[in-house]
Amino acid sequence: MSVVFKKTEGLAEKQTHYCPGCTHGIIHRLVGEVLEELGVIGKAIGVAPVGCSVLAYDYFNCDMHEAAHGRAPAVATGIKRVLPENVVFTYQGDGDLASIGTAEIVHAAHRGEKFTTIFVNNCIYGMTGGQMSPTTLVGQKATTAPQGRQVELSGRPIRMAEMLATIDGAAFVERVSVHNVANIRKAKKAIKKAFEVQLEGKGFGIVEVLSTCPTNWGLTAPEAMKWLEDNMIPYYPLGNFRTPEEGK
Amino acid sequence: MAKVLMKGNEALGAAAIKAGCKYFFGYPITPQSELPEFMSRELPKVGGAFVQAESEVAAINMIYGAAGTGTRVLTSSSSVGVALKQEGISYIAGAELPCVIINISRGGPGLGGIQPSQADYFMSTRGGGNGDYRHPVYAPATVQEAVDLTMEAFNVADYYRTPVIVLGDGMIGQMMEPVEFNEPKKRELPAKDWATTGTEGKRKPNIINSLFLDPQALEDHNWKLDRKYKEIEENETMYEMYKMDDAEIVFVAYGTTSRIVKNSVEALRAEGIKAGLIRPITLWPYPTKAFDEIPASAKALISVEMSTGQMIDDVKIANEGRLPVHFYGRTGGMVPTPDAIIAKAKEVLGGVK
Repeated sequence: MSVVFKKTEGLAEKQTHYCPGCTHGIIHRLVGEVLEELGVIGKAIGVAPVGCSVLAYDYFNCDMHEAAHGRAPAVATGIKRVLPENVVFTYQGDGDLASIGTAEIVHAAHRGEKFTTIFVNNCIYGMTGGQMSPTTLVGQKATTAPQGRQVELSGRPIRMAEMLATIDGAAFVERVSVHNVANIRKAKKAIKKAFEVQLEGKGFGIVEVLSTCPTNWGLTAPEAMKWLEDNMIPYYPLGNFRTPEEGK
Repeated sequence: MAKVLMKGNEALGAAAIKAGCKYFFGYPITPQSELPEFMSRELPKVGGAFVQAESEVAAINMIYGAAGTGTRVLTSSSSVGVALKQEGISYIAGAELPCVIINISRGGPGLGGIQPSQADYFMSTRGGGNGDYRHPVYAPATVQEAVDLTMEAFNVADYYRTPVIVLGDGMIGQMMEPVEFNEPKKRELPAKDWATTGTEGKRKPNIINSLFLDPQALEDHNWKLDRKYKEIEENETMYEMYKMDDAEIVFVAYGTTSRIVKNSVEALRAEGIKAGLIRPITLWPYPTKAFDEIPASAKALISVEMSTGQMIDDVKIANEGRLPVHFYGRTGGMVPTPDAIIAKAKEVLGGVK
């Protein structure tokens, strides 16, 4: 009997701590599959963030380095400059990458650091209990935006993919979603491409993955998938914003 | 090896390279900018890398990542910048990674000034970041000593898996002195089998981390670190006893200040006043044992510092109330003069006679 489905070698034998309906598990799996398919698990070094995916260092089946809030791109820079032949990636949420770590991600992209960033955007601070993030949508409720995000108080949600795509050193920038099977497939393709860009030494690559947070959004898992599709995608359009070809 | 005339900041960089450091991540700040400039010029020649980070916070986190690969890495900054680096230093201490951090300090608080100062004593010796940690702090008094201690710092960092600070000041960084690059002291260093270099399918993944969600696990980790710090205290404490055998008045001073105090000791002795100096070379671990060697002839201690009095706390702890402790300090980048130090000694001796 042939095997039609198995756990990827890119993930460790460890049960994750993520809430039911959260898509971190799917995104982890996609990254793990890509590492396996590219044959780079043995030369991969991942950098885990602070936030819901803080324990990612336990889940990937490769060397891992835990970073401080927002600093994963700096840590990855240090690793990659010493080990240019290795495959280095950061895995970061929206609080980590779009708030406390904006300087680090902008300048890693600006220097054209040859690593890959997986940016998981669920429009809220998950681990700290549902506070507003820079990507929280206008009107979306959060524990620090009890009336919903108001533009005059907090500005509009920041679009990181679009912003990073303006930077010359960013070789690959794409936004994807994992709210249904078709989009999960597209997400994997983008993640694979981002790693390939790194392997080809072409510069910095980032994939922004729209993700769910049923717990802090106060929705069921299916409702959360629907909410992502109806509310996030119109503001955070999916698609490729930059490829190495454009960067030439 | 022949002596060469070098500026302190450049000699520090050359010492790091001599010690096998090929990677530097930093951010310019006065009065240490010649050090990153030197590294940007020299590291590519040895197949290394220099990155000018966007901030001190990023620089120290680049060090954190690079140190995780097991290579020798260096960053440098000055006071204000080191304050920003404290976040990363705490992580590096927590994750038990080796690295060397050079602080060519200046006056504070805040932006302060750019003249030499010793007002970073608390920040350097108390674990300036969060949590229960310490790290060795070397306080060179000459450019030659800065070179020797920087090479030693890399060994100590690797041996104990700890960040190590070399604390100079604007004077050490900016002055030129003849230096000799001797072979670093050999140490039997443990293998870096913890490094994140890729498993190559040959071992289990290595994880570099300082997160312990289980309080018991964190307590165990902190006591483990504490045992390491006790070992460092036991084995790595360094100090100099200068003309202490018959001293009546005992100065305590480190770094640049200790050089000025040595002149004051000579001048006092020329006048028949028996002065001596305890010079801490490691500020942490503090040379408490030096104070047990103070001769019975001693009548008082004077802590001389380029600060409003930070090391004096350690002097009092080490002295354990045995002798009166006095203080003479200049701050803001003002450098003490031998005459002022001599006058202070006479004033103190007049009071205790």
